[in-house]
Amino acid sequence: MLKRFFLVLLAMLLLATQAFAQSEPGPMQTVLQAHAEVIAESSRRTIGPAIDAVAGSGLPQAQAVLEAWQAKDMWQRQSDGWFFRAEQIDASTYRLIDFDSGDAIGEADKGDLTQLKPNAGVRGLLGTALVQFQLLDPDPARRADALTSLERSANADLLAPLRASIDPEADAALKARKERLERLLTISYDPDEAARIAAIEEMAGDLGVDVRAALNPLVATTLRVYAGEVPGGINVARVLRPGSEALPRDTAYAMLAEAGLAPPRVTEGDVRAALAAHIDAGNVGGVPVAELSDPARRVGAYTALAAGGLVPAYRTEAEISAALDAHRFAQIYAEPSPAVTGAAEAALTRISTKVGLNQALDLGLDALSLGSIYFLAAIGLAITFGVMGVINMAHGEFIMMGAYTGYVVQQLIPNHTASIAVAIPLAFAVTFAAGVAMERLVIRWLYNRPLETLLATFGISIALQQLFKNIFGTQARPLTSPDWLGGAWVLNDVVSISYIRIAIFVLAMLFLALFLFIMKRTRLGLETRAVTQNPGMAGAMGINPGRVNMLTFGLGSGIAGIAGVAIGLFAKVTSELGQDYIVQSFMTVVVGGVGNIWGTLLGAGLIGGLQKGIEWLNPSNTLAAQTYMIIFIIVFIQFRPRGIIALKGRAAGD
Amino acid sequence: MNRTFLARNPSVLIFLAVLALFTIAVTVMSEGFGMGIISTSFVKTLGKTLTLALIAVAMDLVWGYAGILSLGHFAFFGLGGYMIGMWLMYERTRQIVVDSLASSPIPPTDQEVVDAIGTQIFGVVGSSEFPPVWAFADSLTIQLILVVAVPGLLALIFGWLAFRSRVTGVYLSILTQAMTLALSLYLFQNDSGLRGNNGLSGLQNIPHLDHVPQSVLSVWFFWASALALALGYVFAAWIVSGKFGSVIRGIRDNEARVRFLGYSVEGYKLFLFTVTAMIAGIAGALYYPQAGIVNPAEIAPIASIYLAVWVAIGGRGRLYGAVIGAVFVSLVSTYFTGGQAPDINLGFYTISWVDWWTILLGLSFVGVTLFAPKGIGGLFDLWTGRRTPDRHGADLGPDMGSLREKEAEE
Repeated sequence: MLKRFFLVLLAMLLLATQAFAQSEPGPMQTVLQAHAEVIAESSRRTIGPAIDAVAGSGLPQAQAVLEAWQAKDMWQRQSDGWFFRAEQIDASTYRLIDFDSGDAIGEADKGDLTQLKPNAGVRGLLGTALVQFQLLDPDPARRADALTSLERSANADLLAPLRASIDPEADAALKARKERLERLLTISYDPDEAARIAAIEEMAGDLGVDVRAALNPLVATTLRVYAGEVPGGINVARVLRPGSEALPRDTAYAMLAEAGLAPPRVTEGDVRAALAAHIDAGNVGGVPVAELSDPARRVGAYTALAAGGLVPAYRTEAEISAALDAHRFAQIYAEPSPAVTGAAEAALTRISTKVGLNQALDLGLDALSLGSIYFLAAIGLAITFGVMGVINMAHGEFIMMGAYTGYVVQQLIPNHTASIAVAIPLAFAVTFAAGVAMERLVIRWLYNRPLETLLATFGISIALQQLFKNIFGTQARPLTSPDWLGGAWVLNDVVSISYIRIAIFVLAMLFLALFLFIMKRTRLGLETRAVTQNPGMAGAMGINPGRVNMLTFGLGSGIAGIAGVAIGLFAKVTSELGQDYIVQSFMTVVVGGVGNIWGTLLGAGLIGGLQKGIEWLNPSNTLAAQTYMIIFIIVFIQFRPRGIIALKGRAAGD
Repeated sequence: MNRTFLARNPSVLIFLAVLALFTIAVTVMSEGFGMGIISTSFVKTLGKTLTLALIAVAMDLVWGYAGILSLGHFAFFGLGGYMIGMWLMYERTRQIVVDSLASSPIPPTDQEVVDAIGTQIFGVVGSSEFPPVWAFADSLTIQLILVVAVPGLLALIFGWLAFRSRVTGVYLSILTQAMTLALSLYLFQNDSGLRGNNGLSGLQNIPHLDHVPQSVLSVWFFWASALALALGYVFAAWIVSGKFGSVIRGIRDNEARVRFLGYSVEGYKLFLFTVTAMIAGIAGALYYPQAGIVNPAEIAPIASIYLAVWVAIGGRGRLYGAVIGAVFVSLVSTYFTGGQAPDINLGFYTISWVDWWTILLGLSFVGVTLFAPKGIGGLFDLWTGRRTPDRHGADLGPDMGSLREKEAEE
């Protein structure tokens, strides 16, 4: 009976606690209440101890409190000053949730509650305090998020929580990221100089952009001017002499004038304004206005005005020199410790050497990729022009037709991979047919009139260009590459090459192999070589020269079509696509040596490398690179008129 | 050999007479001087066409007579335009600047005027400094000399490099095309000093001639173009009629043989290449003040190829053929691309000539090359009864299209 009574009492007690809220505050509520005033005041200057107390309480609910606080979900009950998380039920009613138990403890009217609205500064502090929890969050995705936000906005306070989170980290990739970030933050924020220098030296060989971003602020300097010698106790990067390249005299004197250390120099504009302001009955300083177009008369007039005390006098060269001599100009590091700046400078030098080497590698890859594009564009020409000797100015238009074929196929087959797989043979078929038709209708009548072949094929070229412009319009059409060709192969922060360029390189190599196979191993190749060397004799041997010429020309045109699909993948498909490549393609074949595929390969490599090299010397100007490249080719032809690899003997024809 | 130059070249007299008649007719019908039947813009078009005929004559000299298919002569044409354009633009801007500075209380110094001109001219390319190539822009005399000197010098250097390494035939064509492309790409840059792709503009306003209306100015330029064409034609006819002409025709037909006969083939070619480049420069200097603007797009390789098209359609190896080709094709092109030609409605599709003219031109060019290598000039052969000897299917020589006067007369 007694036992039963106690049970009822206990139940009533429990009910009472439910109904009247907890009469006894939980551990977190105790912490919060200890700092209630500061929390309610919510000022960036004073909030520190409160946040530290919550974060350092060691309670599991600390993270939830800080998150609610930061998200403006924390409310204070006016009746007793307790803090709760609150969820809105309707316009004026909120459900209160206790931090310690995590249970809903009842509802309250909005009028009885005060929302805590931390400003941006306080929220930033809360975020910093939260990082240590997030870095240790059981969910790896949240840890990664925390790291990302840390990388973006680091500050000195986050260093300690970050260090603390490294050891417990289980995920190897995240651990590596944390360690790297710890080094970078050490460089920037660690109060201990030795630790910073150690970190700098450790990261000195790293190519990452983030390392340079951490080091560069350390070596940032400002130019200051000092009267007399530079005072001690300042971390001076270097003392500049006025008149040197880094500090021209005019700039130095302008600095003096701006700092109020010397009177400003009188500029031409000042003279003009002063003269205009002192016109007196058609005269300025005794000089008639009409004569002031003479610079010497102007100086005279101004000197006269200055002598009268009306305007500031000219600064003479001697005065300027004296003023400059009396002052020292020095670049001052923002970072006070010379040891740190010295280590940072040394590390940056090492990094920039390494970056330079890697940039050279990257440039080499770029050149290789450009060379393979030129090779791809030129390989069809290597057949029609190099082997057959036909100048086909419409070659570029065949490339363009190939690209448009790819575009049309992509309209019909939405799957990019499948559409490319269909487009390549189809482009070959279309341009093969066009090439054969052109050979039969036009070129075969002109085999002994090469200049007229040039003009006739040019006529076809402009007709085809306009025809495609009429059909597809002038705007660029997209030819999208499959997803597996998107993206780039990234070696490090400096060296990367997109997959599509690798694919083009592979395609170029495939074509090289195909060309060699056809020319050296098949009957068509044998017959082609025979017909181009001596059509009459080849005919006597039972070869039909007309048929061989037709097929060879078709083959060269078909390869141009496939090249068009490849080029269309990274360039915009317009009717002028081929025109951009035609001169370069001819140059490639001519420079390499007509009639030799290895020569074409070398020519493409040379032109690609040269263009990228010149672009590297003058990165802002790709037009200039092309100009100088063409001039180089014109000069090159002087020394090797028959190209890099010149055919000798009978094969040379003439 | 005792006959006079004109007696040996009756076509020159006929040409000059036709040109004179044409000039008088246009003058009488112009707005500026006569009845006003022809609008000022059309007078300008005709004047431009005459300068195009002049460069076509130059092209015929190098291609039709010497067998050098140069795809670079329009670059020389454009350079001539740039040279005169620099003076026109500088002087015109100077006038404007001086007028605007005249109202300021202090008269400007010479340096201030030059600086203001620089800001005006190079503001579009974000600069205000005069690049070194403008050093002589204030002097009309020097710029007029440069009109022939710059294209001539470029042709001399390029030709010397190309001919001495014995680049011939299609290789030379491609090389000249590369030169043209390099030049136009260079001029497209903003820091080339010639205003990048903006080019030089406002050239139709001739400095110090503000009081002359465009209708009169256009006729003056038309006369100048006609005079230049007449002089150029006579000069070209004189060049090709003597021994020099025989040698260059020999070079066209068989270069090696002429070389073995002891002639300096390179010297002849270089001379002709340079002289025609100068003629092209003069033509350009007359063309662009009538067009009003010169920019790097004018120099693009395709323009030079069109030049070859005109000469081929007109007929190579005869000077009047080049003139006819240039006048005919450029006027017809203007007619069709200007939107004046009526569209043809086929019911299911409307042929708009603005779109289809280029296709027609390209195909007709193929047709001319294949079926009428002598071009329009071949019609005159039919008329005068000049026939080529029957070689029983064998070619007359390596360059079938060119007229061979000596061999062709049976």
